[in-house]
Amino acid sequence: MNEVQLYSQINQIFRDVFDDDAITVDATTTAHDVEGWDSAAHVSLIVAAEMHFSIRFRTAELDTLHNVGDFAKLIQGKVGA
Amino acid sequence: MDQLAWLPPHPDLGAALAAARAEENPAALLATAARLSGFRRDFAATGRIDRLAQRAIAEGAAPKSAGLVPYRVAVLASHTVDHLLPAMRVAGLARRLALAVHTTAYGQYRQSLMGEDAALAAFSPQMVLLALDARDAPLELPLTASEEVVNAAVATRVDELRRLWRRARQRFAAQVVQQTLVPLDPPLFGSFEALVPAAPWSVVERLNTALRAAAREEGVLLLDLAWEAARLGQGQGLGDAVRWHQAKQLVSHALAPLYGDLVARIAAAAAGQSKKCLVLDLDNTLWGGVIGDDGIAGIKLGQGSATGEAFLSVQRYAAALGQRGVILAVCSKNDMAVAEAAFAEHPEMALKRSDIACFVANWQDKAKNLRQIAQRLNIGIDSLVFLDDNPAERDIIRRELPEVAVPELPEDAANYAACLASAGYFETIAFTADDAARGRDYVANEERRAALEEATDMEGYLQSLAMVLQAREIGPAELPRSVQLVNKTNQFNLTTRRTSEAAVGALSTDPRSLALALRLRDRFGDNGLIAVILAKPDADALRIDTWLMSCRVLGRQVEEATLAVLAEAATERGYRALLGEYIPSGRNGMVEAHYAKLGFAPCDPPPGAAPEARFWRYVLGAAPLPPHAIAIETQREQVLTP
Repeated sequence: MNEVQLYSQINQIFRDVFDDDAITVDATTTAHDVEGWDSAAHVSLIVAAEMHFSIRFRTAELDTLHNVGDFAKLIQGKVGA
Repeated sequence: MDQLAWLPPHPDLGAALAAARAEENPAALLATAARLSGFRRDFAATGRIDRLAQRAIAEGAAPKSAGLVPYRVAVLASHTVDHLLPAMRVAGLARRLALAVHTTAYGQYRQSLMGEDAALAAFSPQMVLLALDARDAPLELPLTASEEVVNAAVATRVDELRRLWRRARQRFAAQVVQQTLVPLDPPLFGSFEALVPAAPWSVVERLNTALRAAAREEGVLLLDLAWEAARLGQGQGLGDAVRWHQAKQLVSHALAPLYGDLVARIAAAAAGQSKKCLVLDLDNTLWGGVIGDDGIAGIKLGQGSATGEAFLSVQRYAAALGQRGVILAVCSKNDMAVAEAAFAEHPEMALKRSDIACFVANWQDKAKNLRQIAQRLNIGIDSLVFLDDNPAERDIIRRELPEVAVPELPEDAANYAACLASAGYFETIAFTADDAARGRDYVANEERRAALEEATDMEGYLQSLAMVLQAREIGPAELPRSVQLVNKTNQFNLTTRRTSEAAVGALSTDPRSLALALRLRDRFGDNGLIAVILAKPDADALRIDTWLMSCRVLGRQVEEATLAVLAEAATERGYRALLGEYIPSGRNGMVEAHYAKLGFAPCDPPPGAAPEARFWRYVLGAAPLPPHAIAIETQREQVLTP
């Protein structure tokens, strides 16, 4: 999976979780940029990504997510290996 | 894990959701959301359906117009549940409920119930779910604590919960539901765990056993998450350690659709929306092969082959459902004689012809046949579950009769029973001796129908039934079944008011009020408890707050005989009239003219009446009571059964 495909899939996860087809995220997007991205929605995003990519994040990894770029790198590391 | 495996997958749920969002008519939007709730869905899609439905309701869509029954559930939890509320509401839609769900901050359940939680009081829940977990209120016992010490600590904890249950019931007259505990900490001793009374899993198991026993005594229902955890296995979204540390979730997002459904099916049972009848296809559903082609010797059924045993397991499960009170019917494309011969002649049949209350085998389309089955049994078409191995038949019924539940079936008949069980169609709030006898009642009804066909006149037929109506003030013996009947009867129900054991108990001890349970027996057998009347004083009249009857005994003049009982009881209590009330619910059109038929005259509504309610008055002693062919037995004393 290349970067474009990865971001396209992550984008779709954001659109599904926030139910908003206008959302477009990139590596620099943070919780401040997306309306409704609170701690509850954050867990929703994580679980949606886990289910979509059939991966599991470790507890320690969850503490290192600062923007969508961190999120994408983590996912790439788990599915791209 | 295939959650909601009994629901059919949607070819493109994402596109359907996107299209639905453009819908501007709130009523159409709510109907669409309700339709989409019936497809297999993960938590994200479930959340999107919830947003559609919430928007539709906010914009004025009436739940009743979409065939949904409004119901209010308060979830009081010791962990985070906010992310589960959309799944409860959407599962509600799939079970024909418009659920309003209220929750309080996690860990606040004691304060909410024992203190004065104004928001909760304003919400006025009809159901209170206590969703607790094993980390809440730990018993803090030393590992060496003796059996007696552990049991005493467990009893103290359960007594505290009993007080909360009673409080919830007193304050809101709500049905209380207690969630059982799922162990969150790993076992300390492995298989030796249960031999140490104070070991973590040992304590949880003892708490659950005590909770279940206390719930039975107190009329509290269970959400048995502990059993669900055993069925699903660890790490399937229940008690996930990562989610607990991250967000104090006992049930994670991943499992939200199933958990929401577990809650919704209990609410559905309490609101009278559970299914009542299982309609079975025959070929390749109850046996392997096609009876018309393969003959009795050729179908696969019974011991000797794995396939035959698999189909036998389906029959055994259906028969067991029949024994707990689910009505069984057959709907098959077959010749009647050929289909019935399999029941009469195949030695391995676990289901007998006499277990089937309505047997339809012909070459008409099944939608038509299902309508006929509902009509013959006098039950709503929405109380049917249709089990058919053929995907094309399932698809047709889902399209033609969306109110019929049609479970998606696994490829292998060995898994049919488990799939049907997992769908939770027949969730109940009580199990009584009348339930166990119901199958026999419906079969006896078929015999009565046959007798009617032979009879030359209606009057003679009714006389020949030798009916006896037994009226009793509702005491402890009748209480559970009476409340169950009140809460699930939809068609012959004048007001569709739901109630609780506490409320009926209060009414039955008030000398000015009346709480009656009526049973009917005849020469074919005992029909069991078939009608309930709840009535209260209203000036010079006895106001009939609730009058409902099982449709099994329609057309037997039970209404007239019941009026005679009511008139006598009202006269005895010094009333001058009976005040009848009819509230249209969308499902009780059959009793619209009930009071008119009995000779009541329309009258003005009393103050505080619902705007859509219509009122009728019957002046006692002004005219002769309508005639009927039923002997009446009134008993005031309770007869104790040995």
